[in-house]
Amino acid sequence: MDTFLQQIINGLVQGAIYALVALGYTMVYGIMGLINFAHGEVVMLGTLIAITSITFLIKAGIAVPLAALIGISLSVLACMALGWSLERIAYRPLRHAPRLTPLITAIGMSIVLQNLAMMIWGRNYMIFPPLIEKTQFEVAGASFTNVQVIIVTVAALAMGGLLWLVYRTRLGMAMRATAQNPAVAGLMGVNANRVIASAFVIGSALGAVAGVMVGSYYEIAHYQMGFMLGLKAFTAAVLGGIGNLAGAMAGGVLLGLIEALGAGYIGDLTGGFLGSHYQDIFAFIVLIFVLMFRPSGLFGEKTGDRA
Amino acid sequence: MQFARFPGITLALVAAIAMIGCGKKEEPKPQAAAPAPAAAPAAPAPKPEVTVKLGHVAPMTGPQAHLGKDNENGAKLAVEELNAQGIEIGGAKVKFELMGEDDQADPKQGTIVAQKLVDAKVNGVIGHLNSGTTIPASKLYSDAGIPQISGSATNPKYTLQGFKTAFRVMANDVQQGKVLGEFATKQGVKTVAVIDDRTAYGQGLADEFQKAATAAGLKVVANEYTNDKATDFKAILTKIKSKKPDMVFYGGMDAQGGPLAKQMKELGLKAKFLGGDGVCTPEFMKLGGPATEGHYCSLPGVPLEKLAKGPAFQEKFKAKFNADIQLYAPYVYDAVMVMADAMKRANSVDSAKFLPEVGKTAYDGVTAKIEFDEKGDLKGGAISIYQYKEGKLSYVETLGGGGVTEAVKDAAQATGEAAKAVAGAAADAAKDATKAAAGAVKEAAEATKAAVEKK
Repeated sequence: MDTFLQQIINGLVQGAIYALVALGYTMVYGIMGLINFAHGEVVMLGTLIAITSITFLIKAGIAVPLAALIGISLSVLACMALGWSLERIAYRPLRHAPRLTPLITAIGMSIVLQNLAMMIWGRNYMIFPPLIEKTQFEVAGASFTNVQVIIVTVAALAMGGLLWLVYRTRLGMAMRATAQNPAVAGLMGVNANRVIASAFVIGSALGAVAGVMVGSYYEIAHYQMGFMLGLKAFTAAVLGGIGNLAGAMAGGVLLGLIEALGAGYIGDLTGGFLGSHYQDIFAFIVLIFVLMFRPSGLFGEKTGDRA
Repeated sequence: MQFARFPGITLALVAAIAMIGCGKKEEPKPQAAAPAPAAAPAAPAPKPEVTVKLGHVAPMTGPQAHLGKDNENGAKLAVEELNAQGIEIGGAKVKFELMGEDDQADPKQGTIVAQKLVDAKVNGVIGHLNSGTTIPASKLYSDAGIPQISGSATNPKYTLQGFKTAFRVMANDVQQGKVLGEFATKQGVKTVAVIDDRTAYGQGLADEFQKAATAAGLKVVANEYTNDKATDFKAILTKIKSKKPDMVFYGGMDAQGGPLAKQMKELGLKAKFLGGDGVCTPEFMKLGGPATEGHYCSLPGVPLEKLAKGPAFQEKFKAKFNADIQLYAPYVYDAVMVMADAMKRANSVDSAKFLPEVGKTAYDGVTAKIEFDEKGDLKGGAISIYQYKEGKLSYVETLGGGGVTEAVKDAAQATGEAAKAVAGAAADAAKDATKAAAGAVKEAAEATKAAVEKK
């Protein structure tokens, strides 16, 4: 039982991170039908910028909590700027191009950002400076740290904030309107360019927060960390129904749990026939089944063809 | 459009003709200059120069890029030294050139870059870094008859394929796994959990360890797997924790091993950690932090500090690259030197001609006295065990199956003395050579002056 509880905790933390990254994918897809494959790289840059600025500030003699606050804000602001410029430079000129074109551009931007990070930060692994004293708790034989608690809490708060923004503010209303029908929303006085840009900016800010969380959880960072994380988060978004905010959150947490439980129990369930190296495959099998029976994902609504 | 194309072609033609013309013009120069120093017979006649292309393959991008860079630095250092020595082979001055390729630690990419090197007609190949990329690539080099020396591929299969071109300057995983198994037993461990990263190296090492451990009476309570790009190991470690092993063995690289050790501690898994050469790096301790304290790992060979040329190599490396040696750089350095040594003995840079000489190598390298057995494996490879202590790798002992240990120590000492003697002799010889050369240059300069004045 304690093992099971431990696996649930492992999955929940991992899932909270997936969910936060998945929101970035799903917001952009919901509004403009584009899969922004460079989002994983935004997360990676968020982590690396946070590492550099926090380490620098701590070395300059600033107290750790203050340094963390400034560093995280800096990384969030930098990622927001990056998200905005990505949209402005890479995607806006292709707004009316065939769908495949921006997709290829997105993959291209992902490679460009990765190599840029490799040139700036180098190939070596970087250590994320500890922001708070790590304390270990044990409940019913399962151990967890305060860092994990903070990660789940911050993720929940960020997701709550996003829901409030989308469903309770004028900007959110404009976003939803643009998602439904950009042409009609434009006729009603919604500035589509601004709405799309703000979706990128908000998604990137969430990505930066997720990046800081990943960094402080594993305490390491690397210029390629965004790739696999992005792929998993994208899977989570599709699992929940891409374009749907609640779906991305549920999909993320679900994917985290599936992975943890899959790795923990698949060996025993199949009598050793399948081992924990099928961890990733397990997640994708679930995805395939969901897509077979609910092609629009768990929470996805049926969408008509958009012209 | 047709018109537009013509100027381009014409330009190219003109350029080509101009180049040919230039070549022709330049050619007579040395001949014209040659009669001038006739008065000074000691003047060196211009020697023909050959370029020897050495391919070097390692992951330069991806999670193991830091190790790939380390390897490449080792090779670069060797090549620069060789070029500075101004070696002559077959009457021609040899210039070594390194062709660095990136295989991303991916077997598919490994064969693609291998084919690229074969097509570029390299004289020899140093690498690859990973066993997983080295094994499929070795077939291509073998078909093309290009000698290949890896400084780090330890999977036994690499040299078991019957290729005459495959060599390595490091003990293989059969030797290493066996020693690790013996060591685990000596630690009083009863049960062990084995994790590997499903690469040819990680899986191979884990399998050999498991064989040796089981043979020694240890019980393997769990076999878990991860991959060489993973960062999260909590799920498999949680499962391992429920089986309560005394020791966790990891077959894989440092980029995963470090976080794995850290997550073991976070989960309250109080087993000892043991790993192979892939985790025996400063990077492992950097990534694992205090969680690595007291754990063990192994490295083929004898520690650098204990070798005659070790500390000097460390200094050289640090001065040149302003970085610490990660792992395999000294082995790769030796691999390049062994290749050059074989060319010297064969008096040819032709792959087909110097290949037989590689097998007959008896070279005093930085890492060991390098001699190959009939398979291309390093003879008498010893394995050393290290413990992570206060952020440093502290040497525990060298094991190598019975008498080998002592023999290796003696050999190391003998090597040290021999190296010193060789170094002394070389220094004297170099001094004389320099003097003679300086004299010759002076004479040549005077002759030229005289010639100019005559004109």
